[in-house]
Amino acid sequence: MYEQLPALMILVPFTAAPVCVVFRHALASWVIALAASLFSLFAAWQVLEHVRTVGIIRYKVGGWAAPSGIEYYIDTLNASVLLLVSGISCIVLVYAYRSVIKQVPLAKHYLFYTAWLMCMSGLLGIVITGDAFNVFVFLEVSSLATYMLISMGSDRRALTASFRYLIMGSVGASFILIGIGFLYAATGTLNMIDISERIPNSESQRAVLVAFSFICIGVMIKAAIFPLHAWLANAYTYAPVAVTAFLAGTATKVSLYVLLRFFFSIFGYEYSFGQLLLNGVLLPAAVAGFILMSLVAVYQTDLRRMLAYSSVAQLGYIVAGISLASQAGLTAGIVHILNHALVKSALFMAVGCIIYQVGHAHRPSFDDLFKRMPFTCIAFIIAGLGLIGVPLTVGFISKFALIEASMDRGWWLIAALILVSSLMAVVYIGRVVEVMLFRQSRTSTPEVSGMSEAPLSMLAPMYLLIVIGLYFGINGDATLSLAGEAAEQLLGGF
Amino acid sequence: MSTLLAPPFIYLFAALLCAVLAPRWRALVLLGTPILSLGMILTYAMGNHAVVEVLGFELTFMRVDKLSLIFSIIFSIAAFLSGLYAWHVRDPVQQIATLAYAGSAIGGVFAGDLITLFLWWEGTALASVFLIWARRTPAAYSTGMRYLIIQVLSGVLLLAGLLVHYQDTGSIEFGHLGLVSVGTWLIFLSFGIKCAFPLMHNWLQDAYPAATITGTVVLSAFTTKMAVYALARGYAGTEILIYIGAVMTLFPIFFAEIENDLRRVLAYSLNNQLGFMVVGVGIGTELALNGTAAHAFCHILYKSLLFMSVGAVMYRTGTSKASELGGLYKTMPVTMVCCLVGAASISAFPLFSGFVSKSLILDASASNGYYLVWLALLIASAGVLSHSGIKIPYFTFFAHDSGKRPAEAPIHMRIAMIITAILCVVIGVFPGLLYALLPYEIDYQPYTVDHVLVQMQLLIFALLAFLFLMKTGLHPHEVRATNIDSDVVYRKAIPSVLPLLVASVVAANSKSRRIALSLLGGAGSMLERIAKPGSALARGWSVASMMFVVVLLMCAVLVVNLL
Repeated sequence: MYEQLPALMILVPFTAAPVCVVFRHALASWVIALAASLFSLFAAWQVLEHVRTVGIIRYKVGGWAAPSGIEYYIDTLNASVLLLVSGISCIVLVYAYRSVIKQVPLAKHYLFYTAWLMCMSGLLGIVITGDAFNVFVFLEVSSLATYMLISMGSDRRALTASFRYLIMGSVGASFILIGIGFLYAATGTLNMIDISERIPNSESQRAVLVAFSFICIGVMIKAAIFPLHAWLANAYTYAPVAVTAFLAGTATKVSLYVLLRFFFSIFGYEYSFGQLLLNGVLLPAAVAGFILMSLVAVYQTDLRRMLAYSSVAQLGYIVAGISLASQAGLTAGIVHILNHALVKSALFMAVGCIIYQVGHAHRPSFDDLFKRMPFTCIAFIIAGLGLIGVPLTVGFISKFALIEASMDRGWWLIAALILVSSLMAVVYIGRVVEVMLFRQSRTSTPEVSGMSEAPLSMLAPMYLLIVIGLYFGINGDATLSLAGEAAEQLLGGF
Repeated sequence: MSTLLAPPFIYLFAALLCAVLAPRWRALVLLGTPILSLGMILTYAMGNHAVVEVLGFELTFMRVDKLSLIFSIIFSIAAFLSGLYAWHVRDPVQQIATLAYAGSAIGGVFAGDLITLFLWWEGTALASVFLIWARRTPAAYSTGMRYLIIQVLSGVLLLAGLLVHYQDTGSIEFGHLGLVSVGTWLIFLSFGIKCAFPLMHNWLQDAYPAATITGTVVLSAFTTKMAVYALARGYAGTEILIYIGAVMTLFPIFFAEIENDLRRVLAYSLNNQLGFMVVGVGIGTELALNGTAAHAFCHILYKSLLFMSVGAVMYRTGTSKASELGGLYKTMPVTMVCCLVGAASISAFPLFSGFVSKSLILDASASNGYYLVWLALLIASAGVLSHSGIKIPYFTFFAHDSGKRPAEAPIHMRIAMIITAILCVVIGVFPGLLYALLPYEIDYQPYTVDHVLVQMQLLIFALLAFLFLMKTGLHPHEVRATNIDSDVVYRKAIPSVLPLLVASVVAANSKSRRIALSLLGGAGSMLERIAKPGSALARGWSVASMMFVVVLLMCAVLVVNLL
């Protein structure tokens, strides 16, 4: 049983999904989804413990050895991403129960939780597998479920948002598939470790180059890296807010994991960044992304849209860290993957609470928000400080690491631009905080006064995330050492 | 655990506590915290305490020596007095912000390394802006935002500077830095912004008069003096500071003379007083640094006192404009007396606190051969007398009767002002009490014949001229009167050029401000065009254009990789 945890982690939610369809009952499917998520969380925790104490896990699915069978390969990097995905899923699921009741018709609830489970197991599968083609399969599983989840948003624009994401996501996935096809042609294997060993000796280096280019673009689409981010804003804005909170913390982060795995483990960083001038493509995109998207976020009036653009900007930080291609830069990038997931999910959850009570997230029309929803506002402010990168929050840990890493390489301009972009974060979060704390009620109707806080089942998971965030903000060593270990393994190849 | 019990953290816990307490208890916490923390500060032995290892850096939260001690003591006193003055405030935002702000300032003073300093540096910025926002007007909001951006910019420069410095030297200790590298220059600029160096000073006059009545009293005490402390710690003896300081003492005089809003006059005079301290840091001898510390100590007291009395008037009448006030001595005698004590102190009358501290700096500049600087400081002292010493009390409490008959200030404000006034006089009469606290051993006698004589000549001549003009009716009405009394002061030095000079300075200032504003506005609207909702960047893209970008990027990657 214990050795089978890597497989069960995927299988349990994957088989729980159709069970939900059999029950066709809202509460029952929610319980099933939560139970399956909790199991995955437990499994991910055990696996991470094992990887950190004993060593890398190589699990043969069905007992078939690597070249013919599929192998699960787990090191510190993907073990921590597994923990992140299953953990955020659990926390947001608790939150989702009340939130979804307001946003999705009751008859569709069982489908909602089915899609949720499919999405989560797909994401976990992408992360855990050591087989290139298997990555594509799980990518499709999670993407199809995601399109479904987004289209359940109560706004009709959710349908077009989901459709656009479907087109872009499919293009991205097929680019990845084409890339994997070229790799197969060049090396004759789909196992990641074998591919990485055979690439240097392959006779068709051109095919490898083309494969690299396709995979690069495909992953950039899925990870919403500027300028291929355009699908993200609408999708995050119109999806049910619990879905947004879940995706913001997991989906793009998993795509970034794929990027790390391919560029560092499979192609090797000397190849990606030495011969291929990858930072000629990634770094300008990352920098333009975090500057322009922070700027766009400043002018947004809908909180969900503002946070969506801010997500693209924050992904820019991560990619900038990765394209430094140094131990310090990679550590900073990975730590920001974890930290930003915590912060952004919490922020979207706070916005969800506001939508739950107020009915919209349009900043200029808030009235007396702090008096009515003090706990939600405090949560938003704390998480917002984390996004800005104020000391004692997780944002500070990763921003500090990132600036230090870029100075290590002597890239002063990048460091300066990161600081400029964080000033913009002060502005866009500050605008919201100002409205929350100081905007007086203009209608001044007596019945508005009196507290109408979001239900406890939404507040509690949100505060859990915030407490976790504060813990890792104060005890930054825990995440930094984890990320440092992962970076070391990535730079060492398989 | 003892780290969490260090005085700065006590303030933060108290701030958290205030979030849940009832209003009356919050006011008590506001009073009790400074006393508790001052008591704890005095129990610390000299040396480094509360050292924590974080991310491989050794952070020192409590570096106790005589320099940090004197600043933390006066900060605690200021926190107590402003808490007493704000007894009537029921707004939790202000009370929490005050505690967090005072705690951060004290934390900054005790920081033994640059990272800790940065943490508290940002803390003061974030906490203090709420004192401005708490006025809850649209104008206060935008002022607060401007203030916050400048303060955070200072923090960002400090962070950048400390990283560069760390790369250079491998040390984050906050000792003497000196202007030796890019890193130390960045840190210097960061300190300079908070210390309101010339051309970086506008946030001060912009923000302080915009805060709430009690908020201004709190603001005037901490941010700039923390920057003076940081300069004294890191850049003592840096010669450029002498000239920066000299300019700082002179230029606000012009603006203070022509300003009608009394709180803004005080903000300008705050800038001018900082100049004296910066000169002291620049000279950097033991005597000069003693002077800086002593002047900071006295300055916090009398500047709070002046802000308190003008605030009390504003609390009762709703305005702080010179042209709308006058004749209030009839109904607010206590406030009037306190204001006069503050005015006498800031003008450095013998037997008041300003005299015993300013003498140290003047002596240090003369004895080290900076005669021009000494002269500049003397001129500046006369300017102080004119705009703070005479203008503030005269136009508030005397001058022509405005017809306003407000009640005397509330009892808690009176008590706060009286305590502060008594402290000002006690320090002036028994300077030995203050000198015992100074960072270096000192054997100094401020009351020598020539000190007193020079100062009294200056003061009495200016006063006589003022009285003469009033008697003969040559002194014009309030609105224009401000120009005349600067005339009195400068009549001997630059008799005819002054009005022109003032006019040209004002014109140049407003012109450059207009140009800068239009440039800023242009850049702002350009940014807005790029990024506002509905622009190309911020709208949902059609599938076709998304695909176009994909193809374009694919081509770019292939070209880069295959060529």
